[in-house]
Amino acid sequence: MSVPAVERTPPAPVAHSVTDRITSVVLQRRTPVNWYLAFAFSFTWTLVLFVSVTWLFIRGIGIWGVNVPVGWGFAIINFVWWVGIGHAGTLISAILLLFHQEWRTSINRFAEAMTLFAVACAGMFPLIHMGRPWFFYWMIPYPATTGVWPQFRSPLMWDAFAVGTYATVSLLFWYIGLIPDLATIRDRCRSRSGQIIYGALALGWRGSARHWKRYQDAYLLMAGLATPLVISVHTIVSFDFAMAIVPGWHATVFPPYFVAGAIYSGFAMVLTIAIPLRMVFRLQDLVTDWHLDNLAKVMLAAGMVVAYGYLMEHFGAWYSDETYDRFLIYNRQTGPYAATYYALLICNIAIPQLLWSTRVRKNTLLLLAIALVVNVGMWLERFVIVVTSLHRDHLPSSWGMYYPTIWDWATLFGSMGLFVTLLLLFIRFLPMISISEVQEMAHDQAVSHEEVM
Amino acid sequence: MNPPTTIYGLLAQYSNTAALLKAAEELTARGYKQIDAYTPFPVEGLAEAIGVKKTGMSLVVLVGCICGGVIGFTMQWWVAVVAYPLNIGGRPLNSWPSFLPITFELTILGGALSAVLGMLALNGLPCLYHPLFEIEAFRHVTSDAFFICIKATDPLFDAEQVRQLLADSNATEVWDVPASL
Repeated sequence: MSVPAVERTPPAPVAHSVTDRITSVVLQRRTPVNWYLAFAFSFTWTLVLFVSVTWLFIRGIGIWGVNVPVGWGFAIINFVWWVGIGHAGTLISAILLLFHQEWRTSINRFAEAMTLFAVACAGMFPLIHMGRPWFFYWMIPYPATTGVWPQFRSPLMWDAFAVGTYATVSLLFWYIGLIPDLATIRDRCRSRSGQIIYGALALGWRGSARHWKRYQDAYLLMAGLATPLVISVHTIVSFDFAMAIVPGWHATVFPPYFVAGAIYSGFAMVLTIAIPLRMVFRLQDLVTDWHLDNLAKVMLAAGMVVAYGYLMEHFGAWYSDETYDRFLIYNRQTGPYAATYYALLICNIAIPQLLWSTRVRKNTLLLLAIALVVNVGMWLERFVIVVTSLHRDHLPSSWGMYYPTIWDWATLFGSMGLFVTLLLLFIRFLPMISISEVQEMAHDQAVSHEEVM
Repeated sequence: MNPPTTIYGLLAQYSNTAALLKAAEELTARGYKQIDAYTPFPVEGLAEAIGVKKTGMSLVVLVGCICGGVIGFTMQWWVAVVAYPLNIGGRPLNSWPSFLPITFELTILGGALSAVLGMLALNGLPCLYHPLFEIEAFRHVTSDAFFICIKATDPLFDAEQVRQLLADSNATEVWDVPASL
């Protein structure tokens, strides 16, 4: 790689105030009114989720719009959408660390938190989509009295292991990144309860040089493991579709195209969170315009790979000369769900082209709007893949339509409420920017500056 | 002031990383082995300056990965071939290519768990109480302060001599750390 796609050296943050600024968000006595307002709003939606899941458990999945032939409705669309969003967090923390892209430092912590909460939202959907969710543990290989074991040749089992591993590794990665910062809060906290809680979570970290050395080695090794993991997870998610024989669910282009789509939607979500966050907490000098610019560039690049994936799907259908594959594309473009197909092309391919312009990338509000459009577009992509492929398959006599019910929508928006609620709790109680990493970066820059002088 | 009867060691504070690194190198060169430095962020070259060579983390993670992968594949093979064989059109029971995704995931899981648990175990964490926490100024180690501690267990340890050495090494302040009860 001769010329890096994004610039390497971030603008130097003001070193001495970093610790105070980041910890003050957590340690301030009074919670800002805005936080309460946002929390009230998001928690209301979380309650909507609780109500809809409770009603689901009482009545069964008949309250949703799923039926033969569309057996996978919103639940699986939402699952893939949320998992994909999570992937940008791992990408920012692991892959950019391995490539020595120091600009990740201001954004990796909340991107990792975003991963964790997105995976929590994602993991919920396959569980509640089971007709009898209380038997979810049948997927775990254990010596049951029935003598029955899971079927390891099924992509759905691969999926359970992939998402389970991903959730565990994301949690560990996030937590070990937090340990030094939890110790900072422990040492600066004045209330006894805070000292006990943060003290216990910090595990007695005392910044020993020997500890730092092992910590850095472990962190780097974790990044090295998380990088292939994140790619394998979405590859396996795509196998849920690519391994089937349903037209539209039978393409070898799926793994790379799904991974690119995951990165695309994930970076869009990072922007969606970062822009309001830095406005509210006045963190413009830590999460700078320059960071947003880099995020927008990565998003644009991932979007182009996604566009290539769409192109290859169409090319494959034409080149294969397969009746059913050709009909699939024709049905997407002219069938009853054609509107979603064109909306998807506008959201995911047309509008993001604005990002080529530096002026657009520097305009924070416009960038936020584009990120939201991409989020919607990526959700539509999964809708098109799941619903339009299933509703007209090989046998015209079994064609049908899928109409989401109010409970489908309530669960989708409820899961967004849960995501935002978890994010707000994280911002209030944990440092949202890595203190030790920002300090290290500021220190290294000061040292190299002295050497130049 | 009476010196404490038993001490954990002597703790010295430094005003910046350059002074800390220099002191760490000098003290290690004098033969002190039970020496440690404390900083709010990782300082390049500090661990090497106090005589740490390799951490062994990569070996721990390699073993974790191999264990995860071997357990992952063996489990699937045993379930599919021994415990619950399913004859589907006479296809082979040991259909190993379809066992690879889970084998891969469990390899990563084994490696990640061993990286985190191994790092904590080798560092002796969690350790919620430590004699150093008795020193009030040590609270700043996680914000903006740099320390070196020479433990009393060092064979060369002599309180008076070490106190003098630390003071000579540009330390801003030196404390006697009382041993834990």
